[in-house]
Amino acid sequence: MFKGIIGIAVGACALAGPATAQPEMQVIRAAVLRVDEQRLPPISRLDLPPADLGFAGARLAIEDNDTTGRFMGQDFEAVEVKATPATAAAELDKVIAEGIQFVVVMADDATTLALADQAGDRAMLLNAQARGDALRGADCRFNTIHVAPSHAMLADGLAQFLMWKNWPDWLLVPGSHPEDQALAAAYRRAAAKFGARIVEERLFEDTGGARSTDSGHVQVQARMPVFTQRAPDYDVLVAADESDIFAPYLPYLTWDPRPVAGSAGLVPRSWHPAMEAWGATQYQNRFERMANRPIREEDYQAWLAIRIVGEAATRTRSADPAALREFILSDQFDVAGFKGQKLTVRDWDHQLRQPILLTTGLLTTSVSPQDQYLHQTSALDTLGIDRPETECSFPEVQ
Amino acid sequence: MKHILVLAPALVALAADPALANRVFVTNEKGNDVTVLDSETFEVLGTYPVGNRPRGITISPDGSELYVCASDDNVVRVFDPETMEELHTLPSGPDPELFVLHPSGNPLYIANEDDNLVTVVDVKTKQVLAEIPVGVEPEGMGVSPDGKIVINTSETTNMAHFIDTESFEIVANVLVDSRPRFAEYNHDGSKLYVSSEIGGTVSVIDPATQEITGKISFEIPGVLPEAIQPVGVRVTNDGSKVFVALGPSNRVAVIDGATDEVKDYLLVGQRVWQMAFTPDEKYLFTTNGNSNDISVIDVAAEEVIRSVPVGQQPWGVVVAPD
Repeated sequence: MFKGIIGIAVGACALAGPATAQPEMQVIRAAVLRVDEQRLPPISRLDLPPADLGFAGARLAIEDNDTTGRFMGQDFEAVEVKATPATAAAELDKVIAEGIQFVVVMADDATTLALADQAGDRAMLLNAQARGDALRGADCRFNTIHVAPSHAMLADGLAQFLMWKNWPDWLLVPGSHPEDQALAAAYRRAAAKFGARIVEERLFEDTGGARSTDSGHVQVQARMPVFTQRAPDYDVLVAADESDIFAPYLPYLTWDPRPVAGSAGLVPRSWHPAMEAWGATQYQNRFERMANRPIREEDYQAWLAIRIVGEAATRTRSADPAALREFILSDQFDVAGFKGQKLTVRDWDHQLRQPILLTTGLLTTSVSPQDQYLHQTSALDTLGIDRPETECSFPEVQ
Repeated sequence: MKHILVLAPALVALAADPALANRVFVTNEKGNDVTVLDSETFEVLGTYPVGNRPRGITISPDGSELYVCASDDNVVRVFDPETMEELHTLPSGPDPELFVLHPSGNPLYIANEDDNLVTVVDVKTKQVLAEIPVGVEPEGMGVSPDGKIVINTSETTNMAHFIDTESFEIVANVLVDSRPRFAEYNHDGSKLYVSSEIGGTVSVIDPATQEITGKISFEIPGVLPEAIQPVGVRVTNDGSKVFVALGPSNRVAVIDGATDEVKDYLLVGQRVWQMAFTPDEKYLFTTNGNSNDISVIDVAAEEVIRSVPVGQQPWGVVVAPD
């Protein structure tokens, strides 16, 4: 199955040969497949997605990989493909037909799963967007590396901080969409895992009206205090609003004066544009200079996905997709992601281990895992689904 | 000790007598200043503004010029070490972070972290002699004792680049562990130590063959492995002891320079970053970025004997020559 690729790599060598000192230029190709869905604009116009969302992150990674590649005789490429849920499968087939065996997928859970099955053993997928736990659990696929953190990792990262802050009593407010319910389940699990109490769950029904009312200060101002009225005593409201329907309206409008966390207020994320620790300042500068905008989580995740391929090519000195894939899945592999420690792949569900940033609007307030949470293998495994609890079983692994 | 205290303000007298104390210069990254201390009494002699985000710091072999990377000003500022008056600036390229001076005192090799370049600047004529493209996020800079090779480490490319100081060409690239921070030769030039912050190791490289001959790793009871992040490296003149600053683990490792085995871990301040010996190698000073102090290590005893508060987020340190 890899013959086609080798043929292409050699062909590219011949092309690249005369222009460089090294005649044996290896070419490593990848694709970024972004599946855009028809959906309402975000609640805040500050969250409007830029046209190059994710692609810009991948471009920076290609630049980074190529800079290293100059010294290794390696050249990196990533084709950028936009699709809809309806065209995604055909677009995936097209890039695979071009001989590309690393595909960064930016899609929701269902599309990501469908694409993984579509790819089969023809390509390795790097999930740079979908966060559902089922994708890493019962629906896990051996050919998929999850670069985006899971709901469970995000919820655990927040839960550790809330416990450290001594705010163990939560009012959980899930939205009514299935992805909100999936996120709420991760918060329930995190509460049980770290000893928090969910004093009440109060469903925020998406009736289609709330978000379209106004910029937030007319009807929402009246609605949110009433919605949060008469809750049992609680320390913090945890919103599970993956659909971006209501959570940003909650801060300062709760009936009781309580902080908001989860989908608004203190938000767990993979990345934040104001992160400056661990050499991130230079990374932010590089991205902003290239893309003329601050970075988003999706860009970071796409960057990291392409860097994983680049790091594997550098370390193995190979352009053979089979060799790269084997190395990425081996215990030899690690990649640096400006988070102060090496990031590695969990062998039980192919989730990338990574610290979780807890962010407010302008800053990183904290980074989990919190120091107090220890683990026999890696402190990062206090976040998300650990080996003994995984529902994933790869057929290839005995 | 008494007469040193009395003499300390009389700088001319100090400089004239090599047996007396040396001045220690610490850059404070967030304080935008340099703290000057006395190397025998550890007394703070003064704090002087030096521009925005000062990080790398070094001094000319004759002690006449102090160089500071003012990262956010995109220049290297040159100071009179006695008066701390700014003499002039040197073009550095954008975001200078660390640099190394040729053993002869000229030129200066500067890592431009934002631009994937090493800039070579003549400190006398203030001219840029070369800009050498290197890997992503160049940081660590080392120079061979004979001055023929300059080493740059690139943090995201994960390489030590060997640069010929005559031709300004890269002559070799050695792949090391993640986020290489610092490169330091031993004094006979037979070994090159390269620290990897995220990889958690120090690679020992044979400069003649450019092969990694060994890797030093670290294990501290009760400290999470992720917190062990090697940064600054210093080697005694006789090559017998190697000190490695281990970042947020708040330890400095003492390594046997013959066997490259870790002998001990010394508890210092928080987020220990860079280090500098006194010329007689009696003391080693460490900058502790998160506790805003420096630790003083007695090199012979391998013991931490003192910590001294300096400015905000101390980063680099250099001691004036005799």
